[in-house]
Amino acid sequence: MTAAAAKSTAHSIVEASPRSRAVAGSLVILYAVITLLPMVWIVATAFKSQSDAIAYPPKVLFEPTLEGYVNLFTVRTRQTADFIAKLPPPSTWYDVIVRKHDMVIAGPSKVVPRFVNSLIIGFGSTFLAVFLGTLAAYAFSRFRIPLADDLLFFILSTRMMPPVAVAIPIYLMYRQLNLTDTRLGMILLYTAVNVSLAVWLLKGFIDEIPREYEEAALVDGYTRLQALRKVVLPQAVTGIAATAIFCLIFSWNEYAFAVLLTSGEAQTMPPFIPFIIGEGGQDWPAVAAATTLFVVPIVLFTVLLRKHLLRGITFGAVRK
Amino acid sequence: MSTIIHPDHAAMTGAGEVALSQPMKHVRGLSDRTIAWLFVAPTIALLLAINIFPLVWMIRLSFTNLNLSMSYLPLRFIGLDNFTDILGDEDVWFRLQTTARFVLWSVALEMVIGFGLALLIKRQFRGHSFWTTIILLPMMLSPAVVGNFWTLLLQPQIGPFNHFISLLTGVPASSFSMTGEVVLAPWTIVLVDTWMWTPYVMLICLAGLRSIPDYIYEAAEVDRASAWRQFWSITLPMTVPFLMLAVLFRAIENFKMFDMVNLLTSGGPGSTTELVSITLKRAAFEKWRTGYSSALAIILFVTVFGAANIYVKALNKVKQR
Repeated sequence: MTAAAAKSTAHSIVEASPRSRAVAGSLVILYAVITLLPMVWIVATAFKSQSDAIAYPPKVLFEPTLEGYVNLFTVRTRQTADFIAKLPPPSTWYDVIVRKHDMVIAGPSKVVPRFVNSLIIGFGSTFLAVFLGTLAAYAFSRFRIPLADDLLFFILSTRMMPPVAVAIPIYLMYRQLNLTDTRLGMILLYTAVNVSLAVWLLKGFIDEIPREYEEAALVDGYTRLQALRKVVLPQAVTGIAATAIFCLIFSWNEYAFAVLLTSGEAQTMPPFIPFIIGEGGQDWPAVAAATTLFVVPIVLFTVLLRKHLLRGITFGAVRK
Repeated sequence: MSTIIHPDHAAMTGAGEVALSQPMKHVRGLSDRTIAWLFVAPTIALLLAINIFPLVWMIRLSFTNLNLSMSYLPLRFIGLDNFTDILGDEDVWFRLQTTARFVLWSVALEMVIGFGLALLIKRQFRGHSFWTTIILLPMMLSPAVVGNFWTLLLQPQIGPFNHFISLLTGVPASSFSMTGEVVLAPWTIVLVDTWMWTPYVMLICLAGLRSIPDYIYEAAEVDRASAWRQFWSITLPMTVPFLMLAVLFRAIENFKMFDMVNLLTSGGPGSTTELVSITLKRAAFEKWRTGYSSALAIILFVTVFGAANIYVKALNKVKQR
């Protein structure tokens, strides 16, 4: 019997039976739902009022409000009822929310600058790491480089150090160079961390592009650089995009370096979020709102990256 | 079909490939040799500046008494004193034990649950791709953000976790605190880490399972091997390299663990969840004992590096079988 004929029968002997599939499916879905609950809780907390968020016992059903989001973006001051009564009527929906609690908006919070820092440092380091990584990966893939294995291993090993350990000398060095708490300093540091991933991943992607294309271009009179730009790069675009997203996710999520080396100017979101304080401790609806906004891009990226995820998280050691 | 490429192995195949054939050397523009160096140099330079130079500096500092909170003191070279201090300090050994227990339990749980999930997902039930993506989400999040929001979930009064447990077991919700009790806290960091990283293991295991060609199972069916026997004689042995890779990656990552635990328990209560990275952070950035913490950092680095190398050798042996 041919393979095609075998497939056309009811089911191949190695395929799972419908019943075992259903059991497997329900178990996986059960796990997925349980694993999703913590995240759902946080997204829901962002829509709770302060008192609902810290209610005992915790509330599953509640009246949704945008208080958390308003608190996240503003700094407020408490005023007397008399003072508030004398003010002109609230002109915006967020003024209405704030005044319900005898508060007046005093100005914007620091969340926007922190978000901007995350974006600048994330995109800056990603761009640099992917740029340097593409060049190096191309060279490692196509040319005979002396000690190539040692160099590649060296590039990878820089990633094995505990971040806190790396931060000690970096802190001292940046102090001398006036790079502490600067975006440039963080971009350089994240680039150095990401470039090892970029080289390893991109080398894998470029290895998969047949050399014949370039060779044909070189025969046609292209220079090596032209061949790289017009033949190799267009072929590697998916790989480069996947690598870029991995680098971006790392910089976006990074906490250890950010908390140890930044304090204000260049602080990114991860060290900022836990310290969103309201009256009497953490302002949980605002923290949850920040977490939600912070995590949404990551969820989108995960969906986009699905096919390359395995490669990214194993430094290209496992390919599909 | 999935393939597994070992770092060393990959590097060797890369180097082993022959460079472009002879006639190509005479193309116009820069020579290939120049281009190769131009392309590799910036990356190497950056890593030398941001990783190696500071590392060398740190090695030098590890032999000194430098303390940044008392930087008026003259810098003295004290030989191996920092190293002997650390290795003779019972507290440091205790932190290393705490770390080892955390690594052991979290990796073990992640391996068991992750492998189980992979076995189930491999059955290709309806919608498996959608649910797999959902399962993957926790590992993509920022560990710091995860540590932070779990403090809310685990809060005895206002958090849902205790109430959920109370619903299942009948134990009053506010009678225990997952992050505040000496007995529970070490398990709490294992729990949250397992929640976060099981999908990682699952993904690698799934690749391993998918790398086994169907015909092997078909042959086993023909020979009437039981499902149990197929699992022990085919599935497990053929996925071992993948499992070991997952263990390697998870163990290294968790040995370095700082962010999630720092925000979840910050080492407490007392020092029951003080992993060695947190000790290092306290020595370096709270007590400012730079010389001492440099020495500790070097000890940690050597440990990770040494363990990883031994493990990689074992991995190669398994693959060659």
